[in-house]
Amino acid sequence: MLEASGLALSAGGRELVRALDLSLTPGQCWSLLGRNGAGKTSLILALAGLRPPQSGTVSLDGVPLAAIRRNELASRVAVLLQDEDSDFWGSVLDYVMLGRYPRSRSAWGRDEEGAALARRWLAELDLAERSAQGYRTLSGGERQRARIAQVLVQEAQILLLDEPLQHLDLRHQARVMRVLARCSAEGKAVLAALHEPGLAALHCGHAVLLYDAGRASLGRSSDMLTQANLEALYQCRLEAAGTRSFLPSG
Amino acid sequence: MRAATLGVVVLVPASLALAIAFGSVDLSPGTIADALLGRGDEIAREIVWGVRAPRALAAFACGGLLALAGALLQVLLRNPLADPTILGVSGGAAAGALAAILFGAAAAAVNLSALAGAAGAAAAVFAFSLGRSGWNPYRVLLTGVALASGFGALVGLMLAVAPSSQVQGMLFWLLGDLSPAGDPTAALLALAACSAVAFSQSAALDVLILGEDKARALGVAVARLRAVAFGCATLATVAAVLLGGTIGFVGLVVPHLLRLSGVHRHAALLPLAACLGGSLLALADTLARTLAAPAELPVGVLTAMIGVPVLLALLARLR
Repeated sequence: MLEASGLALSAGGRELVRALDLSLTPGQCWSLLGRNGAGKTSLILALAGLRPPQSGTVSLDGVPLAAIRRNELASRVAVLLQDEDSDFWGSVLDYVMLGRYPRSRSAWGRDEEGAALARRWLAELDLAERSAQGYRTLSGGERQRARIAQVLVQEAQILLLDEPLQHLDLRHQARVMRVLARCSAEGKAVLAALHEPGLAALHCGHAVLLYDAGRASLGRSSDMLTQANLEALYQCRLEAAGTRSFLPSG
Repeated sequence: MRAATLGVVVLVPASLALAIAFGSVDLSPGTIADALLGRGDEIAREIVWGVRAPRALAAFACGGLLALAGALLQVLLRNPLADPTILGVSGGAAAGALAAILFGAAAAAVNLSALAGAAGAAAAVFAFSLGRSGWNPYRVLLTGVALASGFGALVGLMLAVAPSSQVQGMLFWLLGDLSPAGDPTAALLALAACSAVAFSQSAALDVLILGEDKARALGVAVARLRAVAFGCATLATVAAVLLGGTIGFVGLVVPHLLRLSGVHRHAALLPLAACLGGSLLALADTLARTLAAPAELPVGVLTAMIGVPVLLALLARLR
């Protein structure tokens, strides 16, 4: 269980999160919603132990993250970052296999189990026939799916995903959300920053709403994702979208 | 990647054999084979074991160290143009050596002074590159480039005021020359040690390509990795510069040759770079010894003359 207590975060002198208590327990799928700049990325980086919080603690099964060795943490918590800063020149499969680093760091031994897992996730995310291709030849949406596969081969019990749906087409947005929901159903704890409350309501049982000026509220999606809350969250009037809204079936 | 590995495996013994076979004295293949086995003519044995083999191994060690340092710096600084000269280390070594020569110091003191100059430059780059927000590749690059041009100015000044009898000895440090290299044992040990340390970090270096945050998220202790790899690259550069002066382009071009042949994983790239760099410098040094025999050309001039067109051809291919 990943637990934040009394968490305070700020960026550029702006208060993003104040006194947030949040616990991600196995089997839960959380969405993280908020306006641009509300602090979603900062919260994910803090939960992953990549940025120290201004105050408060994040702990994994009762142990503060700062007291856990980096490679131990990496085998239990996996993070999808929003920005990629990569000069990777190898194949898509090689790229995904970098996610095995916390589990298999031998330079010589072949990680057959990891390779099989990588192939399975690549197939699941419609990249099977791209796996031998150069990573740099992929489109933005295909790269995003390869990045998600890289996070999944890490086999961590806690998944933190910053905008997993960016660049994805309609079909693959639904595919990724189903994969995440299935991961949580299989006992992982999942938290994903999303921009589409409809998908959050459909696939995630719980939601964190980050308002401005450090205010946050969290709870069951059915209680959280109301029109009034979302209007306050995005600071605009909302109306029912009518009939031009589609979701892939099955 | 297979082809690259095979090519390097063939090239290493071939380049050393050529370096031993050719020189200012013509020896028949039979005489050389006899000498290698410790038989036959005593003069031939002395030429092969006392002169050519140490020289070939010194060139191999020097090229291997430079290519290894280049491969490490290119991933650490996230810059394809990084090479050992960018640290200012070779500039520091040259300035130290020239100052010692100018004051009429003995050879050992010249080497010591070069070492001090190289170590000072490396320490300065390391100190300045740690910004308030931690390590920053741009600070490393800028510090290195600034130091290198500062040392360049010092070197120019010393060349201008030095009596003409000393200028020849000074040029060795500036152009790169393996003729005074001497016993290659220390350099070979440095190459083995640096290769082993770098190789032990190869999986982490693969992950570092994904960026600092992602590498940390995957369990890499990034600060430690950088210190180890940067220290290794610096040590390799210092060892190479003390052996052969400022030899350019090996460290820059060799890692790129391998990457363009499809070698990306550092577990393969680092050892192959060390072997390919060593072989190419052994070959270049053989040319330097024989093209104008009995005179010797500075090998740094040759590597630059070969390296510049190769690099331009690579860039044209990448376009």
